[in-house]
Amino acid sequence: MTRAWIEIAATLAMALVVAVAIVPWLTALLPTERPLHGLLGRVAGAIERRLLGAAGAWPARGMRPGEYAASLVVLHAVGFVVLLGVLRLQGLLPWNPQGLPAVPWGIAVNTVVSFVTNTNWQSYAGETTLSPFSQVFGLTVQNFIAPAMGIATMFVVARGFVLSGSGTVGNCWQDVVRAAVMLLLPLAVLLSALLVREGAAQTLGALSGPAGGPVASQTAIALVGSNGGGYFNANSAHPLATPTPLANALQIAFMLALPIAACLAFGRWIADRRQGRAILLANALLFLPPLALLVTAETAPNRALPAGIAQGHDADHDGGSLEGKEARFGTGASALFVAAATATSTGAVDAMHDSLSPLGGFVALWFISLGEVVFGGVGTGLAGLVAYALLAVFVAGLMVGRSPEYLGKRIEAREMKLAMLALLVPPVTTLLGTAVAAVRPAMAAAAPNPGPHGFSELLYAFASAANNNGSAFAGLDAASLSWTLGLAAAMAAGRMATIVCLVLLGGSLAAKRPVAVSSGTLPTHGPLFILMLAGAVVLVGALAFLPALALGPLAEALEGPLGGTR
Amino acid sequence: MNAAPDRSRGQAGVRAGSAAIAAALPGALRKLDPRRMIRSPVMFTVEVGAVALTALAILHTSGATEGESAAFVAAVAAGLWATVLFATFAESLAEGRGRAQADAMRSMRRDTPAKRLAGASRAAATEEVPSTALRGGDHVLVEAGDVVPGDGEVVDGVASVDESAITGESAPVIRESGGDRNTVTGGTRLLSDWLVVRITADPGASFLDRMIGLIEGAKRQKTPNEIALDILLAGLTLVFLVVTATLLPFSIHATTSAGRGEPIGLAVLAALFVCLAPTTIGGLLPAIGIAGIDRMVRANVLATSGRAVEAAGDVDVLLLDKTGTITLGNRQAAAFLPAPGVTEGELAEAAQLASLADETPEGRSIVVLAKERHALRGSEIETLGATFVPFTAQTRMSGVDLDGRSIRKGARDAIVKHVERLGGRVDDETIATCETVARGGSTPLVVADRARVLGVVELKDVVKGGITERFAELRSMGIRTVMITGDNPLTAAAIAAEAGVDDFLAEATPEAKLAMIRRYQSEGHLVAMTGDGTNDAPALAQADVAVAMNSGTQAAKEAGNMVDLDSDPTKLLEIVRVGKQLLMTRGSLTTFSLANDIAKYFVILPAAFGGIYPQLARLDLLRLHSPTTAVLAAVAFNALVIVGLVPMAMKGVSYRPRPAADLLRSNLLVWGLGGLLLPFPCIKLIDLLLASMGVP
Repeated sequence: MTRAWIEIAATLAMALVVAVAIVPWLTALLPTERPLHGLLGRVAGAIERRLLGAAGAWPARGMRPGEYAASLVVLHAVGFVVLLGVLRLQGLLPWNPQGLPAVPWGIAVNTVVSFVTNTNWQSYAGETTLSPFSQVFGLTVQNFIAPAMGIATMFVVARGFVLSGSGTVGNCWQDVVRAAVMLLLPLAVLLSALLVREGAAQTLGALSGPAGGPVASQTAIALVGSNGGGYFNANSAHPLATPTPLANALQIAFMLALPIAACLAFGRWIADRRQGRAILLANALLFLPPLALLVTAETAPNRALPAGIAQGHDADHDGGSLEGKEARFGTGASALFVAAATATSTGAVDAMHDSLSPLGGFVALWFISLGEVVFGGVGTGLAGLVAYALLAVFVAGLMVGRSPEYLGKRIEAREMKLAMLALLVPPVTTLLGTAVAAVRPAMAAAAPNPGPHGFSELLYAFASAANNNGSAFAGLDAASLSWTLGLAAAMAAGRMATIVCLVLLGGSLAAKRPVAVSSGTLPTHGPLFILMLAGAVVLVGALAFLPALALGPLAEALEGPLGGTR
Repeated sequence: MNAAPDRSRGQAGVRAGSAAIAAALPGALRKLDPRRMIRSPVMFTVEVGAVALTALAILHTSGATEGESAAFVAAVAAGLWATVLFATFAESLAEGRGRAQADAMRSMRRDTPAKRLAGASRAAATEEVPSTALRGGDHVLVEAGDVVPGDGEVVDGVASVDESAITGESAPVIRESGGDRNTVTGGTRLLSDWLVVRITADPGASFLDRMIGLIEGAKRQKTPNEIALDILLAGLTLVFLVVTATLLPFSIHATTSAGRGEPIGLAVLAALFVCLAPTTIGGLLPAIGIAGIDRMVRANVLATSGRAVEAAGDVDVLLLDKTGTITLGNRQAAAFLPAPGVTEGELAEAAQLASLADETPEGRSIVVLAKERHALRGSEIETLGATFVPFTAQTRMSGVDLDGRSIRKGARDAIVKHVERLGGRVDDETIATCETVARGGSTPLVVADRARVLGVVELKDVVKGGITERFAELRSMGIRTVMITGDNPLTAAAIAAEAGVDDFLAEATPEAKLAMIRRYQSEGHLVAMTGDGTNDAPALAQADVAVAMNSGTQAAKEAGNMVDLDSDPTKLLEIVRVGKQLLMTRGSLTTFSLANDIAKYFVILPAAFGGIYPQLARLDLLRLHSPTTAVLAAVAFNALVIVGLVPMAMKGVSYRPRPAADLLRSNLLVWGLGGLLLPFPCIKLIDLLLASMGVP
C-alpha cells in the first residue's frame, strides 16, 4: 500500500521535473514575430523557414481569427481525406507484410475521425487490421498534426491576453509546424529512446504476430500528444509497449508533462507567472482528490470475490482489485495511469477500465466528463480551462461589483457566448448520444453487462468520444455501423466546437485593449480564485452529469456495502 | 457611504408595502404574455413547461392518459406557475416603486399656460398658449408666481426659482442669463422677478419626460453585463433541458435492464428542470436592474441609461473638483500673522475693519475670526463714518478709510506695489511669511495701513470633515481620486496632501481636463467626473460616467450621462456605490442560484430513481417522507426562494468599500456556501409540512 503511494508520488514528481524542463522552450515558441534565440533556436528557425517556404507560407503573416479557425478546419478536413484514402487503399499500398485488406467503411470513417480529432478511439485491433504503412504514414502523421492543432488553439487563446487591439492572432501554419516539429517531435524522440532502453520493441522488420514493429515510437507520440492510440489492441498494457514499471511511470510522466508545462508557460507568456501557477494549482486541486479516491478503490480488495482468497499486499505481490490489471505494474501505478490517461485526453490504457471498481470507473468517467480540462489534451486542455476561468471570473467579478475581466481583458457577451459553446457542446453531445444508444435496442445490446454497469459502458463511450479522450470501457462492442458512425459524429462535434470557439474566443480577446489593474480588480492568482475555478469545473460537471452518473457508476457503487465491489 | 437618506426612504417603502403588492399584481399577470417573457430565456422555458404540464394534468383528469396521478401533475404545474408568477411579480413590484414618483412628476407636467413672446426680448408682444404648444426655439416670458412651461435657457433677466418639485430642495435658487446658472426646468415655479426663456425641448422630450420614462422602465434596455449574464443563464438552461430530457431514455434503459421500477414521469422531469434551471437569478434579473435605477433616482440622480448605472460600478478614477467636493466652498481666514513690531490684536483689528463692508465669504470669515480670537466686535461701517474702498481689477485691493487711517488688504504683489508707491517697503519677514503660507496650501493676504505693513492674514482652504477617510475607503476599493483645481501647483499639492487624494491637476483648464481623462482611459481606466459649466462639456462627453449638476448649463447636462438633481459634487461616491451594488447583487444571486442545485439533486434523484435502483435511496440525505413530497418540496422551495429574495433584489446586497478579494470572500461565503446549505433545512421543513397535510 505505502509502496503504491510512494510510486505515485515519485511518478508525479517526475512529470513535474520533465514539465519544468520543457517550460522555457515552450515559452519561446509562442511569440512567432520574434526569431527563436540560441543555437537550438537558429536551427529550429531554419527548419521552420524551409518547411513553411516549401508550402508557400513563408513569410508567415498574421491571420484574422476567422481565417485561423477556418485554416484549422481545413487542416482537419485534409487529414480526413488523406487518412481515409490510406486506410481504404491499404491493400494496394506497400509495407503490408500480412497482406491486410482495405479497412471496412464504418471502421475506417470512425478511425479516421478518431485520429484526426486527437481522440484515438479504436474500434479495431491494430495488429490485425492495420499494416505498418497505415500505422506509420497514416495514423502517426495525424498523431503529430492533431495535437499540434490543439497546441495552436492554446497559442491563440494565450495571444488573446498577450496582444492588445490586434485584428490578427498569429499564423496557423507556423503555429502547427512549431508545435508538431519543434515541440512534439523532440519529446516523442526522447520518450521513444527511454522506452527502447527499457526494452520496448522498435523494429522496421516484417511484423508477424507480436514480434515487433515501430512500437516504441508509436507509443511515445501517442502519449506525448495525448493521442492514446496504441500500436496493439492491448495498448500500453502490451509488454512490447510497456515492458517495465519504469516504462509505465515514464509514460505517465510524459502524458502529464506537456499539459503541466503549458500552465507554467501560460504564466510566462502573459508576463505574470503567478497566474500560470494558479492554473496549475487549480488543476492539481481537480486532479488529486479523485486520484486518491481511485487509488484507494483499486488497491482495496475486490469484495465480489469470496472470503478466503488472499488479496492483501505483501513484499512480492501487489494486492487489491487485480482483475484487468497488469501484475508487473501493480494496482497503484495502474490506477495512476488510469487517472492520467482520463484527465489528460490521452485515453491510453495499461489496465482494463471496464474492470475498474465502481468508484474507480466513476473517477475515470468523471475526469472525461469534465470536458478534458483537468490537465486535458495538449493545448486544448489549458484553452478549455481558460474558458472555465472566464466563466468563474464572470460570476466572481460581478460579486465584487465590477464588470468581469480576466487578466486585464473584459469579459462581455461575445466571450461568454464562445466560452459557453466551447464548454457545453461536449456534455450535450455526450448526453444526447447516450440517450439515443440507450433506447435503440440494437445499440444498447452492444453493452454486454446488465444494469448500471451496462449503462456506464454506453455513457463512457459517448463521453470518451465527445471529449476526444479515446479510452473505452472495453466490454462494449462498438463495431456496428450505428456505433462507429455515431461515435464519429460525437468526436467531430466535440472537437470542432471546442477548437473553433476557442480560437474565436482568443481572437475576440486579442482585439480588446487591457483594463487597468487596481485593488478593486479581482485577483486571479490567490487561493480564493483557484478554489472558484476548480469549483466552477466541478459544478458544471456535476450539474450536467450527476443524474447520468447516478444511473451508472453511482448506482453500482452504492449497491451492497460501499467499496471495491463490482 | 451616505446611507442615511436611503434608509428613511426604505421605511416609507415598507409602510406602503401592502398597497404596492396589490398594485403590482395586475402587472405581474400582464407580464406572463409569452411575447414579453421570451426576453428572459430561463423563465420562458419554465412558462412553456407550466403550460405543457397544465395540459397534461387536464388530460390525466379527463382520463385520456395514464401515468402519474393527476393531482401530482397538477401540483407540480402549480409550482411551475408560481415560479413564473413570482418572477413577474418581482419585476412588477420593482417598477411600481418608481411609478409613484413618476406620477408625481407627471402631475407637474400638466398643461400650464405659457406667455409666448414674438421675439427674444421682454418688450416683444406676448400671446397666451398652452405649454404643449411650445416648440424648441420659442421664447416665453415667465413672471413671479408662474410655472416654467418647459425646459429652457434664460436669455434675459434674473429670478429666484423654487425647484423643490424636481430636487426636493426647498431653498430657492437664482437663475439668470449668461454664465453657468442659465437653465430652467419645466414644472418649477418662479418666486420673484421675471425671466425670458428660450425653450430647448419639444413636448414629450423634456427632462421630466425622460425621467418619467426611465423610472417606469419603459425605455429600459438590457445592459452589456445583463446580456452576457443572460447568455450564461441561457446556456445553462439549455444544458439542464438536455440533462432532464435525456433522463427519460436513460431511465427507460435502466428499467428494462433492472427489470423493475417505472421510467421517470413527465411531471418529475419538469420538476427537476425547474429546480435546476437558474430561476432564482433568471426571475429576479429584471427587478434587480429596475431597482438599481430606482436607487439612483432615490439618491436624486437621474441616469440616462442602465448602462451608465452599471459603468458607475466599474469606475476606477474619480475626477473631483476641489471646491465644494474636497474643500468647503470658500477660503476662510485661519490665522493672523503680524509683521515685526505689530501685535496680533492690532493686525486683527485692522483686518476686521478692512473687511467689515466686504461681503465676500473670505471677508466675512476675517470678521468672524477676529471676533473669535480677539473678541473684536464688528460694528456697522456707517456708524463708524468710514468709507469703504471696494475691490477693483486695477488695484486688486479692498479696504477702508476712516479717521485718517487707510487700511488696505490684498494679494502680496498688489500690496507691495501699493506700499512702495507710498514710499514704504514691505519687510523681508512678511515676504517670508507669505511664502510659508503659500507653501502650506493657503493664500496669504497682506494688510497695510498706508505704507506700514501690519502683517498677513492666512486664508485657508478648509478640507471637508471625513473626506480623507472616504478617499481611503475608495483607495481600498481600487478607486483613484484626482483633485481638479484652478490653484497653482504649490497650493494644489498642499491641499491634495491634506485631503489624501491620489493625484491632482493644478491650474486646470478644460483642455487639460480632457487630456487627463483621455490619458487615464488609454491606460485602461474608467473615469468618472462631475461638471456644471459649458466649458466642462467636452470632458463630460469624454468621461465614462459624467455627472452633470442640475444647476449647471444645458450643454453640460446634454454632455453627461447622469444629472444630479441636488447638484452635490460628492454624490459621485454614492453613484459608485449604487453601481457596484447592482453588479454585486446580480453576481451573488447567480452564485446562490447555481449552488442551490446540488441540494436539489440530492432530493429529486433518489425520489425519481429509488424505484429502479433502491440503493440510490442512500443519496436521500434528508430522509424525506415520500418521493411525491420530496419533488413537491423541492419545487415549492424553488418558487418560494424567489419571493424570499425580492427584498434583497430591491435593496441590493449589503456593501461597504473594501478590496475585491475581501468582498469575494464574504459574498462567496454568504451566497455560495449559504446557497449550498440553505435548501436542505428548507426542503426538509416543507416536506414535513406536506406530510403533515396528508400528502401521500
